[in-house]
Amino acid sequence: MQVSLGRRYARYVNVELLWWEGCPSTERALEVVREALDELGLGGVEVRMREIETDDEAQRAGFVGSPTILIDGADLVPAANDEPIGLSCRVYRRRDGRISPLPDPDDLRDALRQAAECAEVNR
Amino acid sequence: MTDYDGAPATVVVFTCNHCPYALAWHDRIAQVANDYAARGVRVVAVNPNDADRYPGDSLDAMRDRVSREQWTIPYLRDETQEVAREYGAKVTPDVFVLDAEGRLRYRGAPDADYDNPREQAEWLREALDAVLDGSILERPETKPVGCSIKWKP
Repeated sequence: MQVSLGRRYARYVNVELLWWEGCPSTERALEVVREALDELGLGGVEVRMREIETDDEAQRAGFVGSPTILIDGADLVPAANDEPIGLSCRVYRRRDGRISPLPDPDDLRDALRQAAECAEVNR
Repeated sequence: MTDYDGAPATVVVFTCNHCPYALAWHDRIAQVANDYAARGVRVVAVNPNDADRYPGDSLDAMRDRVSREQWTIPYLRDETQEVAREYGAKVTPDVFVLDAEGRLRYRGAPDADYDNPREQAEWLREALDAVLDGSILERPETKPVGCSIKWKP
């Protein structure tokens, strides 16, 4: 059973999508994030888009590839220490082991649910 | 790259080590190489990326990957990026199928969905079947999907 977390808490979850134009996954990534938010009853959450255009910006943002999804400022999939920072497409691994340019939708939902529950507790 | 050794078809795949699209499609392309080897098809992978900015695409990193993953197809380094420019490659992966005379017969993606292994590089297989059978390609070009090639400044 899908538990809706309710629209009234949506404003307490901050979602930011960092992207780079050299990677074609941005549009789909945004769709996946919106789908996950809608499924959790968080359709009112604004997804802020931030383009990373230069190596300097990538360094400052700790950008390890496009798309990078930050939930309340934390990377949905924390990057490994040896993951190179720079303008590239990000490699994700799905729960079934497949390599993908997008995070596993279940990882995304879990992270959003956790953030929303945390927001609810802390409001 | 211009010596076709009498192969009835040659597949040139511009690819790399760090792009998730190239990685997601790799096994399907390798399977095509295995499946069509008996029919004389040659498959060559070419990495054109600027390894100075993307060390994961260096020759050493390519060698490591070939060894670790036990590649059966040649993995070539396009150090000057001239090959990629001549082909007009844009992304990794970008697939080109040439016939026995070196004429371009197919260019594009391996199949319709990087995320669906069941696609089994269907578009590439269609192209090879048409070239080998001497029939007309119904889909000579598709839009390549992947990471932009990392050109040198």
